[in-house]
Amino acid sequence: MSEEKKSYTISIYTENNIGLLNRVSAIFQRRHINIESLTTSQSEIEGVNRFVIVVNISESQAKKIVGQFEKQIEVIKAYYHTEDETIFTESCMFKIKSELLFEEPQIQNIIKESNTRIVTVNKEFFVLEKSGRRHEIEALRRDLNVFGIMQFVRSGRIAVTKDEMKITEMLAAFNN
Amino acid sequence: MDDTQTIKQHKKVAATTERITGSEAVIRCLIEEGVDVLYGYPGGAIMPVYDEIYKYQGKIHHVLTRHEQGAAHAAQGYARISGKVGVAMATSGPGATNLITGIADAQIDSTPLVCITGQVFSHLLGSDAFQETDIVGISTPVTKWNCQITKASEIPEILAKAFYIAKSGRPGPVLIDITKDAQVSELDFQYKKCTGIRSYNAVPKTKPEAVTAAANLINSAKKPMIVWGQGVILGEAENELKAVMEKAGIPAAWTILGASAISTSHPLNIGMVGMHGNYAPNKLTNECDVLIAIGMRFDDRVTGNLATYAKQAKIVHFDIDPAEIDKNVKTDIAVIGDAKDSLAQLLPLLNENKHEAWLQEFKDLYQVEFEQVIKHDIHPEKEGLTMGEVLKQINIETEGKAAIVSDVGQHQMIACRYADFNVTKSNITSGGLGTMGFALPAAIGAKMAAPEREVVAIIGDGGYQMNIQELGTIFQQQVPVKIVVLNNEFLGMVRQWQQLFFDKRYASTEMVNPDFVTIAKGYHIEAKKVVKREELADAVKEMIASKNSYFLEVCVEKEDNVFPMIPTGASVSDVRLS
Repeated sequence: MSEEKKSYTISIYTENNIGLLNRVSAIFQRRHINIESLTTSQSEIEGVNRFVIVVNISESQAKKIVGQFEKQIEVIKAYYHTEDETIFTESCMFKIKSELLFEEPQIQNIIKESNTRIVTVNKEFFVLEKSGRRHEIEALRRDLNVFGIMQFVRSGRIAVTKDEMKITEMLAAFNN
Repeated sequence: MDDTQTIKQHKKVAATTERITGSEAVIRCLIEEGVDVLYGYPGGAIMPVYDEIYKYQGKIHHVLTRHEQGAAHAAQGYARISGKVGVAMATSGPGATNLITGIADAQIDSTPLVCITGQVFSHLLGSDAFQETDIVGISTPVTKWNCQITKASEIPEILAKAFYIAKSGRPGPVLIDITKDAQVSELDFQYKKCTGIRSYNAVPKTKPEAVTAAANLINSAKKPMIVWGQGVILGEAENELKAVMEKAGIPAAWTILGASAISTSHPLNIGMVGMHGNYAPNKLTNECDVLIAIGMRFDDRVTGNLATYAKQAKIVHFDIDPAEIDKNVKTDIAVIGDAKDSLAQLLPLLNENKHEAWLQEFKDLYQVEFEQVIKHDIHPEKEGLTMGEVLKQINIETEGKAAIVSDVGQHQMIACRYADFNVTKSNITSGGLGTMGFALPAAIGAKMAAPEREVVAIIGDGGYQMNIQELGTIFQQQVPVKIVVLNNEFLGMVRQWQQLFFDKRYASTEMVNPDFVTIAKGYHIEAKKVVKREELADAVKEMIASKNSYFLEVCVEKEDNVFPMIPTGASVSDVRLS
């Protein structure tokens, strides 16, 4: 199994319990692995949460770590996938002074060309939102940075896999 | 969320519920789970539960240890000798944190424990209240599962889950933290044992095709070797393992925690693997053609350098925990499941075989080890006493039927190497964590769980003083354990490493010890000290014959070393005899 480090997306289906995030992050911390991004939300199944975690590790590490997650009592199932095996995106927001929208016509072009959405505009500031790949978000940030950004925030990666997950079948089996 | 969808419980037995307090519910749950003894230490945040212990004292026996660490280790000793869940209880803050070493030990050695801690009132959580500590956060990396209860109504279901999780599958410690308001408020009590959790597959079902593949490989082997671990004991697969060994004629070695599953006198038992294990099984690990690992986890103290570990062999790994497969050693065939079930399926597929020439290789290397090491350890000609001859004497007096509870260090390696084990669950020691201070309290738990058995604690002078206060528990509870301190006035194992790898710079390893006999007598424990060889046999005889607790100090050679030894980072085949 390759020891070369790559970006892996780890998906963990869990019960929705207090303290589970601590248990999940402790598994990385103990192995001295840095988390590139982590998001958690409800999954397609009522009452089941899904973590999407991006880490830069080798495949053998990814495999062992998934084993450690699955060992946790409240983890239903865990997977690791390469970028090619997932459809993924990130989301970001910019808060910018409103006056710039009128003083710098270039900003309007940037918004249009990058398919960025204006969330709100008021007298003091306006807010932009964009979803996409990291390089698109970074390009947008560079372009807007020239004019001054009051606040910038980017979410962790969210991803769905090309493969089926079969969690529903797994849970149905428990009830039989 | 509604937890009832995520766990399975026994069908409702009683149609009626009772209105009781949370703290009474805790005790009722323990009684429902068959807990007869628990170990603990009271304090502010757990006092309502202790009040119920007072009321239920005819039904459940609480043992007051002298330190919460002692409670955790006593619960471990109880669990290790009986296979039942050990229970420890402590208050919040320092009481809870003092349990942590025992919990970490139980986690790495797969010991079923339920630890119950009191917590401050839920409205004070996060306010730095008196004796508040985030014990759920602290214990997360060292528990199989943990949970905080803030409502009395949650107590029965959470405790049912706790016992199920601790005992099922690969066992481990569970910590349940209960806020004081949950203890004092009332609930409608009804107890239903937990029988399943949807996110937790306790025992993966053995795949017949994996067993067939394993059997084919084993049948084709010319030089097969088994290394078994504690999974055989936890899975109660001793008879199945013995049948497999005997039918296929496979020499079998054990890890420290696997010791005693098969009698040390069995002709196919070739001894212990690992850093201070026997010469033959270490050396021949790198000669076998099929290595059959059963319920063991290829710990670094067992494998030495992984890059040179059994590279010539095909590896078959039987384990209940899928995360162990390929964790340290790449497996050719993995049989995931319960050891008893897997081995029972394997047996009929194996061909009868003998491998006599191969077994002879182990016997030949045993002779080499006997001449160079064992002879000098158990039949010494020098003046000073050896740890090995003490073990030999204990073997004679107990007929190898005692449960040996050892601490950590040289005496532990000697105990594992030289104790005769004729009864399973007889080697109770801190393997994975290497916790000094384990043995004295663990021996208390072991003796209380199995009063019919002789329990002999073998402890070094260093580790003894790490939990020496538990002599108070032994005295108060009148626990007839036998305590042997092998006193070399050193932290012997560290000193050995200093001698071998740090040019004898004995930094902080020499111990100036108190009069141990006087201390034991202070606790009204019968005590004796042996300094000469001619006193040893009678002293051990007297100790074993005693119906009460007994303390025996044996002053051994100060600078003896434990051999064989695989230095850190070396290959198993580079095991040294001197």
